Amino acid sequence: AAQQLGREHQGITLRGSAELVAEFFSYGINSILYQRGIYPPETFTRVQKYGLTLLVTTDPELTNYLNNVTEQMKEWLYKCIVQRLVVVISSIESNEVLERWQFDIECDKTAKDDNGPREKSQKAIQDEIRSVIRQITATVTFLPLLESACAFDLLIYTDKDLAVPEKWEESGPQFVTNSEEVRLRSFTTTIHKVNTMVAYKKDSVP
Amino acid sequence: MAQFLFEADLHGLLKLDTPIPNAPPARWQRKAKESGPGPSPVGMSPMKPANRSHSSSKTPSKTPGKSGSKIQNTPTKAGGDRYIPNRSTMQMEMANFLLTKENDPAEESPTKKEQQKAWAVNLNGFDVEEAKILRLSGKPQNAPEGYQNNLKVLYSQKMTPGSSRKNSRYIPSMPDRILDAPEIRNDYYLNLIDWSSQNFLAVALDNSVYLWNHASGEIIQLLQMEYPDVYISSVSWIKEGNYLAVGTSSAEVQLWDIQQQKRLRNMTSHCARVGSLSWNSYILSSGARTGHIHHHDVRVAEHHVATLAGHTQEVCGLKWSLDGRYLASGGNDNLVNVWPCTQGGGGDFAPVQTFTQHQGAVKAVAWCPWQMNVLATGGGTSDRHIRIWNVCSGACLSTVDAHSQVCSILWSTNYKEFISGHGFAQNQLVLWKYPTMTKVAELQGHTARILNLTMSPDGTTVASAAADETLRLWRCFEMDPIKKKEKEKANSAKSSIIHQSIR
Repeated sequence: AAQQLGREHQGITLRGSAELVAEFFSYGINSILYQRGIYPPETFTRVQKYGLTLLVTTDPELTNYLNNVTEQMKEWLYKCIVQRLVVVISSIESNEVLERWQFDIECDKTAKDDNGPREKSQKAIQDEIRSVIRQITATVTFLPLLESACAFDLLIYTDKDLAVPEKWEESGPQFVTNSEEVRLRSFTTTIHKVNTMVAYKKDSVP
Repeated sequence: MAQFLFEADLHGLLKLDTPIPNAPPARWQRKAKESGPGPSPVGMSPMKPANRSHSSSKTPSKTPGKSGSKIQNTPTKAGGDRYIPNRSTMQMEMANFLLTKENDPAEESPTKKEQQKAWAVNLNGFDVEEAKILRLSGKPQNAPEGYQNNLKVLYSQKMTPGSSRKNSRYIPSMPDRILDAPEIRNDYYLNLIDWSSQNFLAVALDNSVYLWNHASGEIIQLLQMEYPDVYISSVSWIKEGNYLAVGTSSAEVQLWDIQQQKRLRNMTSHCARVGSLSWNSYILSSGARTGHIHHHDVRVAEHHVATLAGHTQEVCGLKWSLDGRYLASGGNDNLVNVWPCTQGGGGDFAPVQTFTQHQGAVKAVAWCPWQMNVLATGGGTSDRHIRIWNVCSGACLSTVDAHSQVCSILWSTNYKEFISGHGFAQNQLVLWKYPTMTKVAELQGHTARILNLTMSPDGTTVASAAADETLRLWRCFEMDPIKKKEKEKANSAKSSIIHQSIR
């Protein structure tokens, strides 16, 4: 019972929190891919989550890829060794980084020692997540148009001494040059806190 | 681990065959690009520093920027047994610094160390000593060839070519009239125009309300806010057309008598601006920026008779159904709520339906006049879809992508059609056939986004107010004179059996 995923009235456990945050990333990344037009909109389907209608991809390869990331994130969140998740959107032709979504993760490491679950209702966390996802959707109103076909990359910032697992490789930060940044809302499960922000190219044409 | 990076960097720095920056790509580079991104090697070990030629076609080449690395594109396949450095993931500045650091005295004051650390964190976005960045290889193929980024297609929408279908009626492409609307507030969330059953068009221009008599063309200034910086956020005519409800940015709901041009009531119950109003006989409903909807009984002193809390952000769309049974509300929280006219058992109002499908603010809310329980809603910039619902079953009957922000929807009483108003990029009005959801016509003319639509009492003309400070009147639902006579006959002599058979 102590190992339960903290879903119902049990409060939030470390594992439960890791699951919640990894799940949020999965839906968040899907939303970004849909809203920014990285993949055709007809390849997305609507699902109900967090009391919202969200769009997730139906492309099996992409789903597989994202699942790999989500599973890995769950593990690393549980171990509290991941600091940041970044979605980099770059032009396929020029390889220029056009947009960069950065999710900073603050982990309360004392949760590893605690045995009791933390007090925070599922609903409160869901409300917070819902606000962030809605904000991500609304960013299309001010983000510059992505003129060319784009590809995305997922970067994860981990602790330095982590053994790099198979299929993962080291990378540079892939910043946007000459960027404008907007900070979005954050949410917290009391164990993990996620801050979201998006960097995009400053308009060169006034 | 670190020494391999160092070695690799050293190798890279000593190589002479680095390509010239900013030169036209060499033939082999062009060839490599043409051959396309090769299949990404899944499961490749990241630890081998000597062969970094992974599918680098995906790694971006950066101009000198925050991390200051100098990058050149490296080919994927060419020169298989040469060590070709992958510069995009190298950090030249960092490497250079680390190299030169060896020569400096190792002694550094603690504050200097702190300072350097702060700089490193700032430049790199993370503490180099503490974290490393990982990337998952084996990224799936991108969208297929020929897929243009949807956003580009969206924003380069050309006018739809003249439909091959023969339109059964002539819809003039130019407005009947254009009226000046100076100082109209360019705020998507407000509802600044309404047309009364007595044929007066009320327009709120910043802090004043003007009435335009459609028949005579006369203009009257009805009111002006007393306090500076207060503006009008919504206007709504009572069904009979003798009273006008006005919502303000100071959270007041005022009631004005038109004949006497006097204010009858000033109802305060909200704590934020009132952006939407809707009448149901003597009940006036108002939606505020807090997300609350209040019902006011305008006949009694204690006007605030009910509160509906269903939105967490501004209520921008509010409409009672024509039979007065339901109230539909749309908010900036992307929700559509359908409320019953009577309270539930517990004395609380709860929505009978909540629709979450829209991905943007819902300001366009309209009830179908010829089919019961059918509601049309339209989403803002992030959504751009028009949806038709059956509020009893909760089913979404149709959806159509309008490719542009939807600010308002009006159903026609003369034809089985509805009209929608849009923003970027064409600022057009679109007429749709219902239920086939095909476009009947597009009316262009506005040079900035449309903010509101309202319909004349005879149902023939639609007025649109836009951010270009004009009001345009479009005669798009003109009745055919023959059909008009038929309709009038049908309306006047409903009980006659002979007339029914003619119809």
